[in-house]
Amino acid sequence: MLKQTPSQTVGPYFAYGLTPEQYLYDYKSLAQNDLVTSDEEHIVILGRVFDGEENVIPDAMLEIWDNQNNLFGRFGTGTEKDKSFVFKTKKPLSMEGNAPFLSVILFMRGQLIHSYTRIYFSDEVKNATDEVLSRIDNARRETLIAQKKENYYLFDIYMQGDKETVFFDI
Amino acid sequence: MSQSTYNPFDMEVHPPRLYPAYKSTVLRAPTQPLVLLKQSLAELSGPVFGDYNLGEFDHDLTKNSIKNGEPLGERIVVHGTVFNENGQPIPHTLIEIWQANSCGRYVHKVDQHDAPLDPNFLGAGHCMTDANGNYKFYTIKPGAYPWGNHYNAWRPNHIHFSLFGVNITNRLVTQMYFPGDPLLEHDPIFLAVPPKGRDLLISKFDLGATEPDFALGYRFDFVLRGHSATPFEKL
Repeated sequence: MLKQTPSQTVGPYFAYGLTPEQYLYDYKSLAQNDLVTSDEEHIVILGRVFDGEENVIPDAMLEIWDNQNNLFGRFGTGTEKDKSFVFKTKKPLSMEGNAPFLSVILFMRGQLIHSYTRIYFSDEVKNATDEVLSRIDNARRETLIAQKKENYYLFDIYMQGDKETVFFDI
Repeated sequence: MSQSTYNPFDMEVHPPRLYPAYKSTVLRAPTQPLVLLKQSLAELSGPVFGDYNLGEFDHDLTKNSIKNGEPLGERIVVHGTVFNENGQPIPHTLIEIWQANSCGRYVHKVDQHDAPLDPNFLGAGHCMTDANGNYKFYTIKPGAYPWGNHYNAWRPNHIHFSLFGVNITNRLVTQMYFPGDPLLEHDPIFLAVPPKGRDLLISKFDLGATEPDFALGYRFDFVLRGHSATPFEKL
């Protein structure tokens, strides 16, 4: 067996390489946060990423992956006024009777290796019987569930503290 | 048919999440144990970038943002192969890179280091591995630069790499270093990698890849998480 190449942090200066158009650099982005055409049915997910002192993290990057709709999105938390991330995408579908979710890969300065989490949706009845959610303590399960608001879902991510988001070992 | 399960991150070589000498980890590393997830179709799939039309010079950072002349600094060729742990090459996978210029300055707007920007060098590029898992970039050797982690802290010369591999368990963001860099032994980001993994992050000078009268060659191979195939049905 070959040895895996070790991970290193994405650092603070990824924007012109990984999310150039979002940050207004003169270079082509290979991934965006708007994953639908304008007339398609879609959802909006937004939120912020917080550190252990509940400061908003302005230099994180999120990637979302929806395997059934074959949609991949990427967005940095440095351009919105409140340092939130925003994705416009299709609502994922239920797989094998479980609740629908999006896979999330999270990068930032101060993370030597990326984190994986999932976004579930508060208006899905299947959350109650989902194989993954039902294995997680009640107290922490809510950290994986985006809350439905009037016209978007809110999904804040806490790296540490009482509200620390569940991260997965995949 | 067989069902593959991808191996976990090998923590003998990966850095820990919390490494206090790299101060930003203190408030940003998750503190709760990770929840082990059985790999489903969501984890055993990932974005495919094969359909993207890469520009002619996307892999050549010495040419992809020329405004009025050649970028300054030492031209280099960085090449290698992307493998999985099983030693199988990974073809047609996207590699993205970004780096400081030869003076140690990033184009990023929040980089406050007062070294000069180079109008002819952006420092970003991407390419796909070929059918045999090989990749090649032309670029300028990045400079060292100071950072605020501790008194007189300097990052060694490095190039940032982002790789996708065959599914999201393969995702890797890392940094490639250069042989003989005296700053490596003082850099907490590099030293966060356990001793067994450190050499894996240092490229090798490659005379064979060096292009006469043009550019020095460096080889840097990648190894992404591999799999154990478990047959569950007799053929």
